[in-house]
Amino acid sequence: MSDVVKETVKDAIEIVKDHDKDVHEHDVHAGDHNGGHDGEHGAHHTSMGLSNTKLAMWLFLGSECLLFGGLISTYMLYRNRQGTGPGPDQLWDIPFTSASSFVLLMSSLTMVLAVSAANRKDDRNTKLWLTVTATLGGLFVAGQIYEFTTFYREGLGYTESLFGSSFYTLTGFHGVHVSIGIVMLLATMGMLATGKISGDKAETIEMVGLYWHFVDVVWIIIFTLVYLIPA
Amino acid sequence: MAIIERPVGDALAFQDAPVTATSSYGYFRRPVETTGWRSWAFTVDHKKIGIMYGAVAMVFFIVGGIEASLIRLQLAQPDGTILSADKYNQMFTMHATTMVFLFVMPMAAAFANYFIPLQIGARDVAFPRLNALSLWLFVAGGLFLNTSWILGGGADGGWFMYAPNSDVPFSPSNGVDFWALGLQITGIASLVGAINLITTVLNMRAPGMSLMRMPVFTWMAMVTQFLLLFAMPVITVALFLLMFQRSYDATFFSVAEGADPLLWQHLFWIFGHPEVYIIVLPAFGIVSEVLPVFSKKPLFGYPFVVFSGAAIGFVGWGVWAHHMFASGLGPVSVAVFSVATMAIAVPTGVKIVNWTLTMWGGKLRFTTAMLFAMGLIVEFTIGGLSGVTHAVAPSDTQQTDTYYIVAHFHYVIFGGGVLGLFAGFYYWWPKIFGRALNENWGKWNFWMMIVGMNLAFGPMHIIGLQGQPRRMYVWTENRAGEGFFNLGFWNLVSTIGTFILAVGVLLFLINVWVSRKNPPAPLDPWDARTLEWLTASPPKDHNFDRIPTVHSIDEVFHRKYEDVGENGEHDYVQRATLEDLLAEEERLGEKHIHLPAPSYWPLVLAFALPIMAYGVIYTTWLILAGAAIAVAAMFGWALEPADAEPSDFDPPVDGDETSKELANV
Ligand code: HEM
Ligand SMILES: [Cu+2]
Repeated sequence: MSDVVKETVKDAIEIVKDHDKDVHEHDVHAGDHNGGHDGEHGAHHTSMGLSNTKLAMWLFLGSECLLFGGLISTYMLYRNRQGTGPGPDQLWDIPFTSASSFVLLMSSLTMVLAVSAANRKDDRNTKLWLTVTATLGGLFVAGQIYEFTTFYREGLGYTESLFGSSFYTLTGFHGVHVSIGIVMLLATMGMLATGKISGDKAETIEMVGLYWHFVDVVWIIIFTLVYLIPA
Repeated sequence: MAIIERPVGDALAFQDAPVTATSSYGYFRRPVETTGWRSWAFTVDHKKIGIMYGAVAMVFFIVGGIEASLIRLQLAQPDGTILSADKYNQMFTMHATTMVFLFVMPMAAAFANYFIPLQIGARDVAFPRLNALSLWLFVAGGLFLNTSWILGGGADGGWFMYAPNSDVPFSPSNGVDFWALGLQITGIASLVGAINLITTVLNMRAPGMSLMRMPVFTWMAMVTQFLLLFAMPVITVALFLLMFQRSYDATFFSVAEGADPLLWQHLFWIFGHPEVYIIVLPAFGIVSEVLPVFSKKPLFGYPFVVFSGAAIGFVGWGVWAHHMFASGLGPVSVAVFSVATMAIAVPTGVKIVNWTLTMWGGKLRFTTAMLFAMGLIVEFTIGGLSGVTHAVAPSDTQQTDTYYIVAHFHYVIFGGGVLGLFAGFYYWWPKIFGRALNENWGKWNFWMMIVGMNLAFGPMHIIGLQGQPRRMYVWTENRAGEGFFNLGFWNLVSTIGTFILAVGVLLFLINVWVSRKNPPAPLDPWDARTLEWLTASPPKDHNFDRIPTVHSIDEVFHRKYEDVGENGEHDYVQRATLEDLLAEEERLGEKHIHLPAPSYWPLVLAFALPIMAYGVIYTTWLILAGAAIAVAAMFGWALEPADAEPSDFDPPVDGDETSKELANV
């Protein structure tokens, strides 16, 4: 394990050092033709020195923060209003959810490894780590489905109470985000397999990685606020 | 001579075999038409997208205007009988929704799309296909929303759609579902557009175009996009909650179950207040371009204008609850929000002062564009003054839900937002279409609109102070005041004003129609100052023959004029005309320009969403069908190379000469 970690840190430093080069090599997105033939700026100059796709992903995630902000606020407002239905005390199984949270956090680690392998142009390991990441993500979603069915059997329907509606909506939205992430991972692997993204692989995988880490961070917040802090 | 590698239809004419692109990336052939509807439907060119955005928004302006006229006809006399109570509710809800979401915002997006790349010296936006997606989502959402008229009636809960009033028991028709889903779709359009345009501004500026050299319109458009980026997800949440409540029996707004009746209001106004700035900031940007040109002076205090714009963007977030003074928030909240609201008047005041000082001592030319810009300053200030009376919570609780409010926000959004957009039409028309709008028609257009709007909205102050409630489908004679406060008189005046205003808009449309036949406009009709003029009118597909290097604010002005003044005095003499500059650009232009190729997928993806939305309202299998189409479109999109391969298309756009030249590249 520790070797892998060392490797990763070394890669991270390389990535930072190579950043400029990366931008030029990988930046071939659709509109990115500005100043393309201006000579001194290299093939794909951008004003911020950050590729368009990466900047766009950051902006998108910024906006996602407010989406989850709204959903989390709604949940916080309603978490004590369980009416006659069951509430958190009757339902939560903290050890189980901790385990599935751990699985999700580990997937962030494997995602980092995938990105670093991609930066090494090491296709075999990239595919390996992407597979592991997707599997861990799948496990998390499976755990969530299991949780939902258990809660449902214990009497918490979606329309049962304000608590029920807002709990399922918040965690459901998160689950959908993870699922979309898994689809993105699978698509990336597909494109790797067919050689579709040979040139700008690292960048594409970094992008999926950014999204994946974001979804994980959101889960940490949800896990803490929803499960750990008593109502 | 510049060559474009957009795969154009002409290419087919020059090559015996059909385009070979098919083979090189198996999937579907990318569209190649340069004429006819396909060249528009599948385009990824920001200029064509901008024009379509504007044209569709204009259609919705007319729809919203018809709705407004029906409202005013109903209210022209006591106990009006033109609309039933029910239809009246739908009419004012759809009027406001249409005007805000389907006219002002997309019209601003039209300008942003068209002019941001030109003003920063870029060939296109950062993500051309996303740009097309944003357009078609707006079109799809707008159409979807308006199909509610024939499918059981429009939404009737007010444009703020306060839940629980908008829940099924109180609003049982499908209208609200159409509303929630339609706005969800146009919301995605805004979000996608915001990400795209911010990336464009931050990343694709020409060499030398630092942030503090950017034209003010681009600046204000970028602040607007940031507001959208952070405001849209909040209403997205609200719309989801409402949809789940109505379609899937969630409980978010079921007061009987203990729901908080203020939840919707908070979510709505956290979006809704920034929305006000989303509406006016682009107009402020346009005015900040127009005033210097027609005053023949640089914008006074450029950094102040820029920073106050950004400040408005920030402060705008902290004041949403001033829309809720009457909802029982408690005295402390009310006091805090009241003060914060007055604070926002400061950066707005800064702008007004800067505009006035720009005109001060300038060589004013009263073109139609200039008149609209000056009209904005006056009318917006009036709206701002009545706004201050709302910031004071005690007086607000008297005025709220009366016509006084209706007067206030129409002075702000019509006097601020719409007049600014019209200034933009007249100023930029020759750039966009190569022909100017007629100035005589323009002046009539302007004066009819100004007289009309003051007659329509001015009396609403009085009507409101007399106590006529907003959103009531009739008023009765026995509540009419005496003398000056006579409701009958002022209601009639307001309705007449509305029709004068409508004639003003009609004159604009006629002007557009007759100007088709105008002779080509001069390249530099207004003695312009900013980068978008450093290209042909209308601009070439590739925007610039050579990506310009920028040295200062008002780059084009400084290229045309030399400062021969001494001791800090300015004295500008002309050293070049725009024609000279353009000839030089063309001479030094680039030989080999890639442009992104058109694509089918944005259109397909956009129209998959209303199918899913109908599914939510009617039957589940439509959701699945729509989703399948959407997924297919996404894969088509992802697998389609972002760019056509140049070797597949050797498009000789400028004639045989160049086609031969390119063949050797
Ligand atoms: C063409 C000129 C316009 C006229 C004559 C007009 C007229 C009206 C009238 C009479 C109402 C009050 C409905 C009621 O309270 O029963 C109204 C409401 C409203 N209008 Fe307009 N309007 C015009 C343009 C606009 C524009 C350009 C916008 C926005 C960009 C706009 C946004 C609104 C909004 C937000 C409401 C609030 C509706 C409500 O109270 O729920 N209007 N308009
Ligand atoms: Cu406000």
